[in-house]
Order: sequence, then C-alpha cells, then structure tokens
Amino acid sequence: MLQEQELKTFVDGTTNYFEVAAQQPASVGSPYLVTEGTPAMHEYTGVISVSGRREGIVYFTAPKAMLTVLLMKMQENDFSHENMRDLVGEVANTISGNARRDFGNEFVISVPSVLAGERAELPLVPGARSFVIPINWRSHSAKLVVSLK
Amino acid sequence: MPSPERRGAQRPLRLLIVDDSNIVRRRIERSQQFEELEVVGAAANGLEALDLFKRTDPDLVTMDLTMPQMDGIECIERLVRMKPEVRILVISALADKATAVDAMEKGANGFLNKPFTDRQLNEALAELMRGR
Repeated sequence: MLQEQELKTFVDGTTNYFEVAAQQPASVGSPYLVTEGTPAMHEYTGVISVSGRREGIVYFTAPKAMLTVLLMKMQENDFSHENMRDLVGEVANTISGNARRDFGNEFVISVPSVLAGERAELPLVPGARSFVIPINWRSHSAKLVVSLK
Repeated sequence: MPSPERRGAQRPLRLLIVDDSNIVRRRIERSQQFEELEVVGAAANGLEALDLFKRTDPDLVTMDLTMPQMDGIECIERLVRMKPEVRILVISALADKATAVDAMEKGANGFLNKPFTDRQLNEALAELMRGR
C-alpha cells in the first residue's frame, strides 16, 4: 500500500522534470488522497502501468495549452496532436522511471499509453491508495495521479 | 562544438538515435553540438534500431531502454554482437543503479538520465566520442 512518505519520490520527480526539461520550476501542491470517484482528466493523459513488487498505475494528465508551452520551452515547433500524445506519455514515463531511484528495479514500468479527451475515464486500481499531486506551472494546472498497492 | 580529439578527422562519426519518443529523438538531434557528428538515423524501438544499424553502420548510438517491441537492453546486446566497437550512450528515465550496471554489462559505454539539459547531453556525447 502506498504510504504518504513514498509520495515524496513522485513530488521530487515532478519538480525535477519541470526544472530540467522546461527550465522553469513548477509549483507542486500537497498530495491528497482520493476518497471517492476518480480524479478529473485533462485533454491529454499519459498512463504508466506498474508491476513487480508494486502494482498499479501512475498517470500525468494535462491540458493542451500547458503541453503546447512545454513543447515551446523545449524548442519544439511541432504542436500536432501526435506530439501532444508523445509529450504527455514521455512526462509520465520520465517521472515513473525516475521513481526507481528510490523503489529499485523491481518497480517495473510499462511503456506509456495515452488517452486523449477530457471525457476519458481511467479506473483507479482496486485496493490501492490513490493520491493526486497537483501541479501548477506558469498559468496552467495539471495532475500526477499515483495509484499503487 | 568540435572536440580537440576529433579535429582534422576525415570522416564524421555516424550517430544513430533510438528512442520511442519522437520529441526526444528530435531533441537529441537538435541539441547535439558536434560538427563531427552526423546523425544517420532515428529509430522508435529496438527492432527498428537493428534494421537501421545494419543499413547505416553507425559508430555511436544513443539508446532509450523502455521501448515497445524490443527494449534497449536486448537491443544493446544485439548491436554489440554485430559490431563490438560501437559506442552506446543509454538515455533513459530508469534511475536505479542496477539498470545502469546491467546496461553497462551488456555493452553500453555511458548512461544519461532523463530529463537532461543540453549541456548534460553534450557532455555525455563528448565522453562517448573520447572513447573512440
């Protein structure tokens, strides 16, 4: 079961991603436990399945406007739907992969899958504790959701 | 950014980029600053990399690890079997020591964690080229 102190790994990973990849730090809010329903999704969501010693999912969901600015900060000039999908998957992959620094190589992550559309729904893992990590960057808001047994 | 060791080299070093993210592939190509490096191909998974490797005969490879169809570790093993002198820089989000050690044991020559800055990328590539 995911413990509050383990969330620091994901908070640090998120902070580091924006500092390094976007060269502009994000404000990462206090994580909160999902007690009912599922967190609302933004337009693009990158999902990583976790297996091995831990089981569950990690996903990063963000609006198109935020991803567009992120791409600009990376000197990318292709703002196509495909590149938005690519980026949101890469963010999820990078934060999840970095978590192995603390969780070790038995924290096995999948390649990213991507959902597009705010109406997309992603069921949380039954029996897992699910936390939302709010991310504010420039004028945009996104979320990292960690749902692990 | 010409490295002193390579000044005057007759033939550019041929670089193959392997990553399942188009954004990362483009970023590596755009950010590398070495005049003596020629990007000869970009592959989205290990299988594509093997095919491109045979056709382009690169000297250097940047290699992601978590990819569909064939992951980077298996790909490294196969590339080294085909061309033992190839030099491989792993560029991956997987940040645990065991993975880095595994990649090096399979034949990788360097390891750069994602996310990375342009400076970190170029320093890692310079180190890779110094080994040539």
